[in-house]
Amino acid sequence: MALSKTARLDRGLLTRAALDAGRKLNPRCLLANPVILVTEGVAALATLSAAGQITAGEPAGFALQIAGWLWATVLFANFAESIAEGRGKAAADSLRASRVTTRAKVITDDQIIFTPAHELQPGMVVLVEAGDLIPADGEIVEGIASVNEAAITGESAPVIRESGGDRSAVTGGTTVVSDWLRVRVTAAAGSSFLDRMIALVEGAGRRKTPNELALAVLLAGLSLIFLIAVVTLLGLGRYSGVAIPLVVLGALFVTLIPTTIGGLLSAVGIAGMNRLLKFNVLALSGRAVEAAGDIDTLLLDKTGTITFGNRMASEVIPLRGIAADTALRAALMSSLGDETPEGRSIVSFAEGQGISAVRPDGAITIPFSAQTRLSGLEAGPTVWRKGAVDAVLKQLGITERDTPRDFAAAVDRIARSGGTPLAVSENDRLIGVIHLKDVIKPGVKERFQDLRRMGVRTVMITGDNSVTAAAIASEAGVDDFLAEATPEDKLRLMRAEQAKGRLVAMCGDGANDAPALAQADVGVAMQSGTQAAREAANLIDLDSDPTKLIEIVEVGKQMLITRGALTTFSIANDVAKYFAIVPALFVGALPALGALNVMQLASPQSAILSAVIFNALIIVALIPLALKGVRYRPVGAARLLSRNLLVYGLGGLVAPFIGIKLIDLLVSTLGII
Amino acid sequence: MDLRGWAEIALTLGLSVGVAWPLGLYMARIWAGETTWLTPVLNPVERGIYRVLGVRPEQSQGWKGYSFSVIAFSVAGFVLLYALLRLQGFLPLNPAGFGNLDPHLAFNVAVSFVTNTNWQSYGGETTMSLLSQMAGLAVQNFTSAAAGLAIAAAAARAFAGDREVGLGNFWVDLVRITLYVLLPLSIVVALALVATGVPQTLHAAVTVTGLEGAQQTLALGPVASQEAIKQIGTNGGGFFNANSAHPFENPNPLSNLIEAVSITALGFATFIAFGRMARARKEAASLVIVAFLLVAAAAVAIYGLENQTVPGLLKAGVEAGQNLEGKEYRFGTAASALWSALTTGASNGSVNAMHESFMPLSGGIQMFLIQLGEILPGGVGSGLYGMLVMALLAVFVAGLMVGRTPEYLGKKVEAAEIQYAMLAVLILPLAILGFSALAAVLPAALSSLLTDGPHGLSEILYAYSSAGGNNGSAFAGLTAATPWWDTTLGIAMLLGRFGYIVPVMAILGSLAAKPRLAPTAGTLPASGRLFSGLLLGVILVLGGLQFFPALALGPLAEHFQLLASLRP
Repeated sequence: MALSKTARLDRGLLTRAALDAGRKLNPRCLLANPVILVTEGVAALATLSAAGQITAGEPAGFALQIAGWLWATVLFANFAESIAEGRGKAAADSLRASRVTTRAKVITDDQIIFTPAHELQPGMVVLVEAGDLIPADGEIVEGIASVNEAAITGESAPVIRESGGDRSAVTGGTTVVSDWLRVRVTAAAGSSFLDRMIALVEGAGRRKTPNELALAVLLAGLSLIFLIAVVTLLGLGRYSGVAIPLVVLGALFVTLIPTTIGGLLSAVGIAGMNRLLKFNVLALSGRAVEAAGDIDTLLLDKTGTITFGNRMASEVIPLRGIAADTALRAALMSSLGDETPEGRSIVSFAEGQGISAVRPDGAITIPFSAQTRLSGLEAGPTVWRKGAVDAVLKQLGITERDTPRDFAAAVDRIARSGGTPLAVSENDRLIGVIHLKDVIKPGVKERFQDLRRMGVRTVMITGDNSVTAAAIASEAGVDDFLAEATPEDKLRLMRAEQAKGRLVAMCGDGANDAPALAQADVGVAMQSGTQAAREAANLIDLDSDPTKLIEIVEVGKQMLITRGALTTFSIANDVAKYFAIVPALFVGALPALGALNVMQLASPQSAILSAVIFNALIIVALIPLALKGVRYRPVGAARLLSRNLLVYGLGGLVAPFIGIKLIDLLVSTLGII
Repeated sequence: MDLRGWAEIALTLGLSVGVAWPLGLYMARIWAGETTWLTPVLNPVERGIYRVLGVRPEQSQGWKGYSFSVIAFSVAGFVLLYALLRLQGFLPLNPAGFGNLDPHLAFNVAVSFVTNTNWQSYGGETTMSLLSQMAGLAVQNFTSAAAGLAIAAAAARAFAGDREVGLGNFWVDLVRITLYVLLPLSIVVALALVATGVPQTLHAAVTVTGLEGAQQTLALGPVASQEAIKQIGTNGGGFFNANSAHPFENPNPLSNLIEAVSITALGFATFIAFGRMARARKEAASLVIVAFLLVAAAAVAIYGLENQTVPGLLKAGVEAGQNLEGKEYRFGTAASALWSALTTGASNGSVNAMHESFMPLSGGIQMFLIQLGEILPGGVGSGLYGMLVMALLAVFVAGLMVGRTPEYLGKKVEAAEIQYAMLAVLILPLAILGFSALAAVLPAALSSLLTDGPHGLSEILYAYSSAGGNNGSAFAGLTAATPWWDTTLGIAMLLGRFGYIVPVMAILGSLAAKPRLAPTAGTLPASGRLFSGLLLGVILVLGGLQFFPALALGPLAEHFQLLASLRP
């Protein structure tokens, strides 16, 4: 199951969201959203007031319409939240389908007992054989097997899991494809990874993130201020001979309080989590996603993140008197027996240079082994070898002092540039040097530039010596590096950064990464990593792609930007609403205030109704933005702010003037009022 | 509008910021406890005071301890002043033989001076004994200003610190600011005023025979010293009822210039001192610029409005050229318009012209400047922390828009800060609109109004704005010395002062405890044109949204009625 596929809007989702919006009218569902709760209260009051008018035999058309649109405001806000939740629920449903009700083979002292999976306790050891579902999250204590983790990651190619090392964690609900494992259960039923994932995706038990909380406080405070402004109008109005009907007062209040952001706030949060899911990243808390947007320093492991995991051949240097093709051919032939990634990279490099990889008939392979550290090929009288420089020299019986000068120079140059030299020989003489180097992943440099513009400093961490590290760091364009790093160094560096008041993110997979992951403000564990790492992290990357951190940072920023933009828009809108409603309220008693009716709205009633309708419709209009998020561009804070202020601040000032005017035209031409 | 008027406005505004700069740098040194050229003289006095008070100067207080000290000090000041006013008839230095004050008036006056409002429900020369003026009101003029400045110092420490608990010692701040800043400064200004002809004497009055042969009693007293601290401490309570329109308080354009500059000098200086101490000079400069721009724009707008023939006269065919009603001819429209903007922007409250007699929109602008929260540059100290609250709110909304948890001067702005900031911001509409709405319908309140219609509402709104904003100026046209007005205005002053100080202190406590983060390319810069524009927008929109309906019923309605009445 690929999570991203479920995140599309379809009719079923919309229907479900619409029904849900109605269900959420229950005030208890709105407790977490005071602005909308208050709106509902006002809607109820307006309805009562309209009912009172009807029973008194007065015309109640206006009051009824206002009440109707106030209810619509609440429904639209609920609908926004339901749509966002609906996407998550759809994802959760397909996850739930993969939850297992299997029987586990629990290993006791001398026998195997079949136990239902939901009765497993942490600490029990179970046997899982080919074809079995893994019954619970756990750590492999013995064995090696290939496991299909498609249920979690959506990736159907099986992965290797083995005891010890960094690939020892298994997840309940995944399937053992070959071999067998003994697994110590680490999570009780109900608290497994899958369970947590379902709960998270569904948004159940979603807690407000710190910024969301602060924003909610701001919105509540603004609502209180407007409550004061509106209620005191009763007294000030009476002095001025203005009688304000309750319905109108309620309408004014609702249009002023920030219903737009209030209605969309939780949708923005849920949508942000869903966006992460699209990237196949699972956030264990919303807080972590938000913190990702705040990151100042990114610690990145070199291997796998900045460079491909393996060194690759980048050139073959022929020694004096040797044709380039001869050296290339020797390198290729000698590497046919080397199935390591390095060996394969030599073959494909030579092929790329136009050398044919056809094996001579009857050739005998000298396979690569960790002992000999070389490989080769015997084709009749010719023997080609390639391997670590000292290994090849030893094989040929040459001491280092006797090597040709250009050979020594090439080896030296390669080593100094941070690469690894390999010697190539034909029969009993050296003919060339292969340059193996860490190849920087394409596009990495640009991403680091983006990060720098975002204000994020990148630090590369590597076990290489500082010469190699410096070469790679400058090529990749990271801001700093830590060479010959041990896990303790990593932790120390992180603490030092944090002491400077910086927020640090890192990703890791190994068990020895766990302390640093726990110390990091944002820790991303690879799904393929160890249980310890996964426990310590607050984000899990299901694709096990360390560069994901960059996307995570962007999603975190996007969430904050969207909230800020909608808040700014919401507050800016109020200016126009005042110019619609205030003259309408007072023009009866103080005709001179008609001058404030800058929009030339048709009548006081149509002005008020238009403002209320605009206030409701703008929520619907902004749902797509809330779900998609405001686009984030890594251009630096000042430019980003000026752009967003222009669009959402100035736009927020202007848009309602136009919108309310248009609605008023419609309302008055249709004769609704 | 003539060149002389513009030049006068430009000179005064320029001088107020120009004087503030060195003053601010000097004050930062006082806050930081550094030695200055006054130290050899004043240090023994300072030490002596600590010994008498039992203060251990090196002991830093947390936000709760600091707030408690501020409040305890204010309560003590209130009790002393209230007792003095209630008993002044029995006490010495009462040459004119004034009686004791009524309880509601004494309450109002005591609150008024303790809160740095200096709203005057009384006529100074006809109510207050010299002892009350000097030992009561003048003392509070110093201490209420010093208390405000002390909190500003605490604010600077909160931002400067990195994971600190202490905000400094209130008693030390109070003593040092009084001794090293307010006293020397008021002596300098008082002497300058004496040089321009402002009286300074212990004689209560002189009797003179006028040109027409009639006997006239002219009230006198230690006017210059009162006047100096009244302006630099943003107090605003005049020695005479006519305040700085009175020829003894403000005899000529030169004294007017000195006083006008003194109104905002220490306010702006507070911003600059903050910038130096919190290591945020550029950011503080932005705050100065925002306050300056708003108050300058208001001065220009009011001058423009006043420098036209009153529409009524125009209709009658009279071309007067300017609105001189309620203004002193020796100052003219420019100096009066500018003063009215400075005094309302700075929470000062002294007047050199009657605000009620300005054009309706001018009155609206004056009111609005107070309603913006007295931050332009506001009362000494209080203007800074009011402006910081605005900056925190601006940074919060805008900071989200750059995709980071908002931070201001390296301190993260989170739920706790926003919660207290909103609490503080709530106080002003509550005090102003709440009491105004009550007063607008209660007969007991309405009987004090001299006018009805929108202008009457303006009088009510102005009074509560002035009280809530701790400004102290009066719109005039309202008989405020009644139990209702004395009491409710007093409550509004208390709310405006302490209802604001306590949440602000909580914010400072929370900020001080946070690490000070280093800025990165992703951090929203809190200086420069973009930020200044943003802060300006937030101040105007937030203020406008709170008070627009009320202003529409008062000054705006009056303005449009006036325009409508001119139409044939």
